[in-house]
Amino acid sequence: MDEILLQILNGLDKGGAYALIALGLTLTFGTLGVVNFAHGALFMLGAFVAVSVQNILTISERVRDESITFFEAYKEVPYLEIWWGETGTMIIDYVVPISILVAIPVMLLIGVAMERGLIKHFYKRTHAEQILVTFGLAIVLQEIVKANFGANPIPTPAPDIVSGSAPVGAWLGLSENLVYPYWRMIYLAFAAVIIFGVFAFLRFTTFGMVVRAGMADRETVGLLGINVQRRFTIVFGLAAVVAGLAGVMYTPILPPDYHMGMDFLVLSFVVVVVGGMGSLEGAVLAGFLLGILQSFASMNEVKQILPGIDQVIIYLVAVVVLLVRPRGLLGREGVMED
Amino acid sequence: MKDLLKSNMAVMVIFTVVVLTAPIWLEPIGASYPDLLQKFAIFGVFAIGFNILFGLTGYLSFGHAAFLGVGSYTAVWSFKLLSMNVLPAIIFAVIVSGLFSLVIGFISLRRSGIYFSILTLAFAQMSYSLAYSVLTPITNGETGLQLTLNDPRVVDGMFGIPVTNSLPSTNFFGISMSGYSGFYFCAVFLIIAFYISLKIFRSPYGMKLLAIKSNQTRMKYTGFNTRPYLLSAFVISGMFAGLAGSLMAVTDPLAGAERMQWTASGEVVLMTILGGMGTLIGPLLGVGIIKYFENIFSALNEAALHEAFSFLPEFLGNIMVVIANPFVGEGWHLTLGALFMIVVIFLPGGVMEGIGRIAKLFRKDKAGSDVLTEDVVASSSEKTDGGKS
Amino acid sequence: MSDKEKFGTLSRRGFLKASVAAAAAGAAPMIFVRNANAFVNEPKGGTVTLGFNVPQTGAYADEGADELRAYKLAVKHLNGEGDGGMLNTMNPKSLKGNGILGKKVAYVTGDTQTKSDAARSSAKRMVEKDGALMITGGSSSGVAVAVQAYCQEAGVIFMAGLTHSNDTTGKDRRKHGFRHFFNTEMSGAALAPILEKEMGKDRTAYHLTADYNWGWSQEGSIKKYTEALGWQTKAAVRTPLGAGDFSQYITPVLNSGADVLVLNHYGKDMVNSLTQAVQFGLRDKQVNGKDFQIVVPLFSRLMAQGAGENIKGIYGSTNWNWSLQDEGSQAFVKSFGAEYGFPPSQAAHTCYVQALQYADACERAGTFNPCGVIEALEGHKFDGMGNGPTEYRAEDHQAFKDVLVVKGNEAPSSQFDLLKIVEVTPRSKVEYAADMEGYAGNLGSCNA
Repeated sequence: MDEILLQILNGLDKGGAYALIALGLTLTFGTLGVVNFAHGALFMLGAFVAVSVQNILTISERVRDESITFFEAYKEVPYLEIWWGETGTMIIDYVVPISILVAIPVMLLIGVAMERGLIKHFYKRTHAEQILVTFGLAIVLQEIVKANFGANPIPTPAPDIVSGSAPVGAWLGLSENLVYPYWRMIYLAFAAVIIFGVFAFLRFTTFGMVVRAGMADRETVGLLGINVQRRFTIVFGLAAVVAGLAGVMYTPILPPDYHMGMDFLVLSFVVVVVGGMGSLEGAVLAGFLLGILQSFASMNEVKQILPGIDQVIIYLVAVVVLLVRPRGLLGREGVMED
Repeated sequence: MKDLLKSNMAVMVIFTVVVLTAPIWLEPIGASYPDLLQKFAIFGVFAIGFNILFGLTGYLSFGHAAFLGVGSYTAVWSFKLLSMNVLPAIIFAVIVSGLFSLVIGFISLRRSGIYFSILTLAFAQMSYSLAYSVLTPITNGETGLQLTLNDPRVVDGMFGIPVTNSLPSTNFFGISMSGYSGFYFCAVFLIIAFYISLKIFRSPYGMKLLAIKSNQTRMKYTGFNTRPYLLSAFVISGMFAGLAGSLMAVTDPLAGAERMQWTASGEVVLMTILGGMGTLIGPLLGVGIIKYFENIFSALNEAALHEAFSFLPEFLGNIMVVIANPFVGEGWHLTLGALFMIVVIFLPGGVMEGIGRIAKLFRKDKAGSDVLTEDVVASSSEKTDGGKS
Repeated sequence: MSDKEKFGTLSRRGFLKASVAAAAAGAAPMIFVRNANAFVNEPKGGTVTLGFNVPQTGAYADEGADELRAYKLAVKHLNGEGDGGMLNTMNPKSLKGNGILGKKVAYVTGDTQTKSDAARSSAKRMVEKDGALMITGGSSSGVAVAVQAYCQEAGVIFMAGLTHSNDTTGKDRRKHGFRHFFNTEMSGAALAPILEKEMGKDRTAYHLTADYNWGWSQEGSIKKYTEALGWQTKAAVRTPLGAGDFSQYITPVLNSGADVLVLNHYGKDMVNSLTQAVQFGLRDKQVNGKDFQIVVPLFSRLMAQGAGENIKGIYGSTNWNWSLQDEGSQAFVKSFGAEYGFPPSQAAHTCYVQALQYADACERAGTFNPCGVIEALEGHKFDGMGNGPTEYRAEDHQAFKDVLVVKGNEAPSSQFDLLKIVEVTPRSKVEYAADMEGYAGNLGSCNA
């Protein structure tokens, strides 16, 4: 029983991550119609915003370890701690939440720059060309990060107070063994907030209404004298922010390295397509569906019956869904079918 | 000249000469050693096959590496169980990958566009994951399937080929398949593959595939059943991939699961687009560029750069080394990524577009032109619609 | 560079083959001919070329970069430049500090990408184009096995670099390949007594294992030695390589009744699974009245760096660490530190030693002929290279030497002081028979 509950939590948590990553992608890919292979790179850049913030906050005074003479070994004491004592330590401890605030403007800027500088010129180009240019961009971004931060993962821990596990079982009057990490629950809540935020933005604001109209029929909206182009820039920026925040929030779970974007790229495409092209709800639904199924497929009891199922479950589900429902779960007709 | 290139015969003669003399004209850029030549030819076969599907029908498969992998595994098993002669290995590999692509194509082609791409991707990723782990008894997992001294090799045994204490090498009726002879062997297949591709491009069958790309709905309304055409194109390109996979095993009897990973499928997609999708020789140019970067650029290090810039005064040479260093060696990915962007930003049709433009400039000056242009012209009609309508 | 010399002469057999194949071309370009020389890539000029095949892209790029640093240092020392490093401490030594057999050492580099195909391609380039006599480096067992098999076919020597799976010198051993690094069998043998001392005899282990060759090898070895102590193995669960999020594999541990978690993961996988296991509170947990423990049988300083705080107090094994105080290690750390400003990793150490050992074997054999070199390496015993008395066992080409049991340092005195050496397990405790079950293989014969 505990086991099932825990796997449901795992599934929701994974689903939250998948949905968040897919949400950004479906904004650019499903609605603007750009096959954005650099989406994973945006996720990675978000994570490295957190790493950069951490590096800045922990600029340190170096106390040389005199016992080592062959090279300079030193103990690092962050200036923040020297200046402000415990307050400084606390600020450093809260690096991930602080990074969220930093990541919003930074990722917006990156997204807008990317759209204005590059993607804008590719709306009318073929998908093949979009793939090549965004893939090239992803590699370039990735290599720049590697040149500056190395290839090794960089630990970016969550604040101390939420770094352990919550006694969920005790709260609910269930087994003591039912514990779940605070940070993962925060991630899930955060994902939910962002998802609802984006939905509300597109549903209840005039801006969102125009964007949705533009998605459905760009030309007509343009003829009405509305500058669709500019709104698309903002949508792209929004997608970058969502991807970046997903990255920042993921760093305590997955110490970031330069390649993490590529690792999530294929997965995010699968989630978006299973959800159905052009459907935000679909992407979110597919994210949670795949997350939960993946968790259950990894249970020992399941693996004993179907060895290796946990390795292929995502793709297996994708195949089944796409065969049963031609346009994914909630896809709209005519989007990217040619 | 123009008429000459209309004739398949002339194109084939030129192509054959160019391919077979590759060891000579690739020498100045340091790409004339056997392994890289073999890779050029093998991935050339792969990309040509992929282009038959993607270039003509516009269906973007993101899982073609699976067929390559299946071809490799089949070939190595043929070496292990039957004979070190490469002929059965290649035949079995093409058949098995053909059947495999028939099954996957039959299912995946029920959808089009991005849905088709994701279906093929999903099948390939499943093949990869299983080959890496659960199917280890068949694939030898991460290490890759290799020959061992105690393989049965039934057919070789019947012909009384002696068993020695060292691993036998692959051969084509006695001709060793390593080194340059391996390259020429692959080159023959490249030429055959190119010939088939040329025939398809210039046949009514090819035209029908093109018509599917430009407007499938209209084709369907006219009562034309597109499925058999699509499926046959898919299987043909899957067999090409299987052939390429078996050639990889022929020149180097090893088959690893990573050959099936999505990055490997993505690589052939990038090769095709980079060179120019839908053109006859574009994919080959893409193969050349990417493989050259992977093998030669990645191997440049500071010492090699110093040598390369030694013609400059030392001071200038050092500056050049500092500038160039981040782009070679471990930075070869960076250069490749930047190249992708530059090509696609300035040359919408890939490298072939660039060659076409240059040729056009020349044609203004004098009648008659570069050999390569004709293919651009011949295929420009195929390209206009691109993948998007 | 020296292509022309190499391909200049054609043998009759090569010519016949060539003319068949190249008839259509009407030209027979330089054919790669093995019989032209006494052995492959016999150095004819004043230099000898070594091939350094390391991961430069992908997850192990940092480790590869460190390997390359060590190789460059080794080349310097071999050519008599710099302070000589371990050349001053190795014993016996035939090297004279004037290159190898009087020829200056040159090198070429390549990117394995940690993929068998790419690694073999890169090695082939080194042999076919650059005339490399010896290939070395790499950061994974799959790559090591693949490249080793190629070197056997090609007739060059392979010095393995970082590879920890038993298979490299077990069932996939080759006459042309040698490994200085230790393996999972040794990790298990060295680790088990320490685990017994620290955690007791009555423990129940739960394994999470990367689902590929090396993972299985390590799982097998650790199981074998801990079960011999009286430990039980609750379950051994396979996880996909590069899973990223391991939560679905970690939660079952919570209720399993196990009180030790063994993470048979390497590199990024280990950093992720350990970080997440700690988040799930496994280290603060009490099971069966005992503190829950996590063990990472193989780890390195780079991994410890990636895992940050989480590695503190975790037990594992390693091949070498820069904090060792013996003469050889000190000499190496000193010259590496002076050159690059930080200490070498265990991968760097292994690669450095292997380059020197290869060179010394050539010197002893008086030839570059791989058959002679193999003979000189087989059964060779030496000391002063950081691992104590070491022997390259003739039967399987595995190095036998002391193994380090380490623990994540709880109070590091500097940013590099991440591992604390708990025990130096002597060679005698980790030795096993070359034809042990599941380990036996066939070296084959020398190919020149």
